[in-house]
Amino acid sequence: MNKRTKQKFAFFFFRLFSIIIVGILIAILGFIAVNGIKVINWEFLSSMPKEGMTEGGIFPAIVGTCYLIIGSMIFAVPLGVMAAIYTVEYAGNGKFVRFIRMMTNNLASIPSIVFGLFGMALFVKGLNFGDSIIAGSLTLGLLALPLIIRTSEEALKAVPESYRTGSYALGATKLQTIRKVVFPCALPNILTGIILSISRVSGETAPILFTVAAYFLPSLPDSIFSQAMALPYHLYVLATSGTDIEASRPMAYGTALVLVVIVLFFNLTATLLRQKLSKNMKNK
Amino acid sequence: MLKKLSNFTIKSLLTFSGAFAGITILFISIFLFKEGLGFFKKPAVEEGYSLYVNSKNRVEDFNSKRIKEIFDHEITNWSELGGDDVDILLFRMDDIFNYYSDEELGEEYEFLPEKLAEVIKEEEGIIAFVPHLYSPAEYSGVKELSVPNITPSDFFAGRDWLPTATPSPLFGTLPMLLGTLLVSFFAILFALPLGLGVAIYLSELAPEAIRKFLKPIIELLAGIPSVVYGFFGLVVLAPLVQKTFNLPVGETALTGSLILAIMALPTIISIAEDALRNTPRAMKEASLALGATHWQTIYRVIIPYSKSGISAAVVLGIGRAIGETMAVLMVTGNAALIPTSLFDPVRTIPATIAAELGEAPSGGAHYQALFLLGAILFIITLFISIAAEMISKKKNYKDM
Amino acid sequence: MIVTKNINFYYGDFQALKNITMSMDANTVTAFIGPSGCGKSTFLRLFNRMNDLIDGTRLEGECLIKGKNIYDKSINIDALRKDIGMVFQKPNPFPKSVFENVAYGLRVNGIKDKKFIADKVEETLKAAALFEEVKDKLHKSAFELSGGQQQRLCIARALAVEPSILLMDEPASALDPISTSKIEELIHELKKKYTIVIVTHNMQQAARVSDKTGFFMLGELIEYNDTKKMFLNPDKEITQNYITGRFG
Repeated sequence: MNKRTKQKFAFFFFRLFSIIIVGILIAILGFIAVNGIKVINWEFLSSMPKEGMTEGGIFPAIVGTCYLIIGSMIFAVPLGVMAAIYTVEYAGNGKFVRFIRMMTNNLASIPSIVFGLFGMALFVKGLNFGDSIIAGSLTLGLLALPLIIRTSEEALKAVPESYRTGSYALGATKLQTIRKVVFPCALPNILTGIILSISRVSGETAPILFTVAAYFLPSLPDSIFSQAMALPYHLYVLATSGTDIEASRPMAYGTALVLVVIVLFFNLTATLLRQKLSKNMKNK
Repeated sequence: MLKKLSNFTIKSLLTFSGAFAGITILFISIFLFKEGLGFFKKPAVEEGYSLYVNSKNRVEDFNSKRIKEIFDHEITNWSELGGDDVDILLFRMDDIFNYYSDEELGEEYEFLPEKLAEVIKEEEGIIAFVPHLYSPAEYSGVKELSVPNITPSDFFAGRDWLPTATPSPLFGTLPMLLGTLLVSFFAILFALPLGLGVAIYLSELAPEAIRKFLKPIIELLAGIPSVVYGFFGLVVLAPLVQKTFNLPVGETALTGSLILAIMALPTIISIAEDALRNTPRAMKEASLALGATHWQTIYRVIIPYSKSGISAAVVLGIGRAIGETMAVLMVTGNAALIPTSLFDPVRTIPATIAAELGEAPSGGAHYQALFLLGAILFIITLFISIAAEMISKKKNYKDM
Repeated sequence: MIVTKNINFYYGDFQALKNITMSMDANTVTAFIGPSGCGKSTFLRLFNRMNDLIDGTRLEGECLIKGKNIYDKSINIDALRKDIGMVFQKPNPFPKSVFENVAYGLRVNGIKDKKFIADKVEETLKAAALFEEVKDKLHKSAFELSGGQQQRLCIARALAVEPSILLMDEPASALDPISTSKIEELIHELKKKYTIVIVTHNMQQAARVSDKTGFFMLGELIEYNDTKKMFLNPDKEITQNYITGRFG
C-alpha cells in the first residue's frame, strides 16, 4: 500500500470518527427530546407531583434548582471574582501565586462526589445546618468556584495592559483603576464564565445527594434551612428507584428534557456571548 | 488614614479570596481523613455488640473474615481454628428463646444476661453474638472475645464488601478498586483513539466552516449533566448491550465503559487539539518539502512534537473517568463483587459512596469506611491533576 | 532547468507576482533580491508548490522544471518535492536526533535499508560540512546544536533525498557572521552538483555566491542579469538605486 493510500485510509477514519461524535450527540439529545416532549405541558411544569411520582408535575424540582443556582452563585461569584482579581492584578509571579494557581486547578479536578462528602461533613453535620438549601448551595458553590476563578482570570488578563498604564498615568490608584477601567472591561467575559458555571451547577447530582436533596416534599421549601427537591436528583430517583419505575418513566423523560434544556440554554448563551465578545475585541 | 485602612482591608480580602482554593483543599483533606482514618479504630464486630464464648475455648485468633466464615457455616469445628475438636454452635440473640421462656427471662429481660451465661457455660462449642446491653461477661464460665480492630489489609485487600453483614461487616474494597480500574481502563481504551482521531481531524483536516460547527458540538457534549448520561445509558445503552451480547441484564462494566468514554471524549479532544495546533508551521513545511505526505507529517512530526499535550489530555481524561459518579452508578449494576469480565456488573468507588452514604449510620464503621474511600478518591484525583500539570509543563523541545 | 512563462500569482484578490518570465540553467546559483514583500519568497515557493498549502491562492502561467509543467494535474507532488530541496529562513529541525533528522526524507520515501540510510546520512552531513562537528552526537537531539549547525543540518537533510534543485529562502538571515560564511562556502561547493536558487536580503551575499541575480519589486521582475553586470553596471536605474542603498 503506497503512502497516498495509507493517507486516504487514515483520513477517512478520522472523518468517520467526527461524524460518530456528532451522531452520539444527536442520539442522546434527540432521544430525550422525542420522548420528553410528549410529557411537557404547562401542568407538568407548574404543578406538584402526584400519585407517587407517576402523575402531576415537577414544579418543586424546578424551584429547588433555581434556589440552588442562586444560592451557589451568591457564594461563589464574589469569592471567585475577588480571587481572580487578586491573582491577576495584585500578586506577582512568585511561588505563592503559582501555588494558588495550582491549588485552583486541583480544586477543579476534584470529583463531584468528594464535594458532596465534604459538604455533608462540614455543612450538614459539622456546622449543623442539616440537609438544607444553604448546605447544598455552599457545596455547589465550592464546585463552581474554580470555574469562576479560571474564567474571571482569563477575562481580566484579556484587558490590554495599555488601559491600566493609561489610567495610572492619569494619577489613578490601583484600586480605582480596577474599579473603573479593568473590571468593567472584563465584565462581559466574567459574566460568560458565571453563566457557564450556572449551567454546570444546575446539572450536578452528587454534591446535592447528601446535602439538600429530597425526593418528595409536600410543599415548597420555606427557608434556607429546609430541604429542597432538585431536577438532577429528581431524574436520578425517578429513573432508578421511584415507587413504580415503569410508570414514572414518562415523568423521567420529561424531567430529563427540562434539565437538558436548562443546562444547554445556559451553555449556549455563554458560548454565543463569548463568540460575540471576541469579535468585538478583535475590532478594537 | 481611613484610606490606608480601607486599602489594607481590601487587599487582605483579596488575598484571602486568592488563597481560598488552597484553604478549601486543606479542609477537604482534613475532614475526609479525620473521618476516614477513624475507621481503623473500629472493631471488626458490629458496633454495640460483642462475641462471647465458653471460657474453656482456647481459640484467640479472630478477624472479620474468620467471624464471617464461622457465621456462614464455612468453618464448623473449633479444631479448624486451632482449638479443641468441638463443633461450633452459632448463637444469636433470638436463639435464647429456644432455651428459656419469656417468664424465665423476666418482664424487662432483667434475667437475660444470667440465663445467657448459663447457656454459654453449658455449651462448649458456643459462640454467641449479643448486644452489650445484655452482656453475660461478668458471670463465670463466659469469656468475651477480644476482637481486633479492622486492619488496613482487611480494607485494601479484602475481597468482599458486605458493610451490613452481622456479626462482622466486611469492608474489603478490592471489588471497587478493580471495578474502578476496569471501567476506567476500557473507557480510555475506547475514548483515546476516537478522541485523538477527532482532534487530528479538527486541527489538521477540517475546513474552517466545519471547525466552527464541530467545536460547539463537542462543548455541548461536555455540558450534558452526568445524570442525563446515566439516564440515557440506562434506558438506551443497557438494553442495547443486553440484546447484542445476549446477557441477562444490560447493566455491565462494558456499558459503564462506553458511557464513560463518551463523557471523557470532550476533555481529550479539546486538550489534544490545542496541543496539535501548537505545532510550529515551519516544522510541518519542512516535512512536506522533503516529500512526505500530510499523514506522514502528522504521525512522524506533529504527534511526536505534541506528545506532552496529548499525554496531559489522556491523563485528564482518566481523571474524569475515575471520578465520575452518577452515570456509572446508574449503568453498571449494583454488585460490589470482583468483576471477572466486562460483562459483569461492577461498582466503582464513587458509585459506592453515592449509593451507600445515605444509609450508613453517622459515625459508624460503614460511614467511616465510605469517607476513607472518599479520601482515597480525593488523593488519586489530586495526584492525576498534579501529574497532568507537570506533564504539560514539561517542554521536551526548546521553542525555536 | 527551471523555466517560467508569464507567471501571475494571486493571494485571493491581491496580485503578488506580475507576469514573470525567466529561466535558470542547471548547476548555477541564482539569487533573488528585492525589498521586503516584493514577492521573491512567493516566487521561490512556486517551484516546489509550497504555496499550495495556503488557501485561496491562484496561479496563471507556466512553470516548467526539466521541461515538464509542474502544475499539471498529473504531477505527483510528493515526488516533485523530493526532487526539489528547500532550506528555510529559520532552522527548523524535527524533534528527533541529528541522525533521524537527516534520515527523515529517506524514510518517508520508503527507503528501509539500514546501511544505505547510515551511509547517506554520513555523506550528506559531510557535504554540509557538519559531519566532523556532530559525529559523536548523531543520536542526540537536534535541538542541542547551535543555530548555524542546525541550519547546516537542515541543508544535509534536504540533500539526503538526492534532489536536483535546492531552494534556499534567506538561509543565513538568522545566523551569526561565521555561520553565514560557512554556509556561503557550502553553496559554492554544492553548486557543482545541484542547481541552487537563493532568496536573500543581503546584497553582498548575493554578489558573493550567485552567478545570476534577479531583482524583484512589487511583484515584478525588474531586472535579471549576470551577477557581475547586475552589481557593477545594471541596466535599470531602479536596480542601481536599490543596490546602492538609496531605498530599502
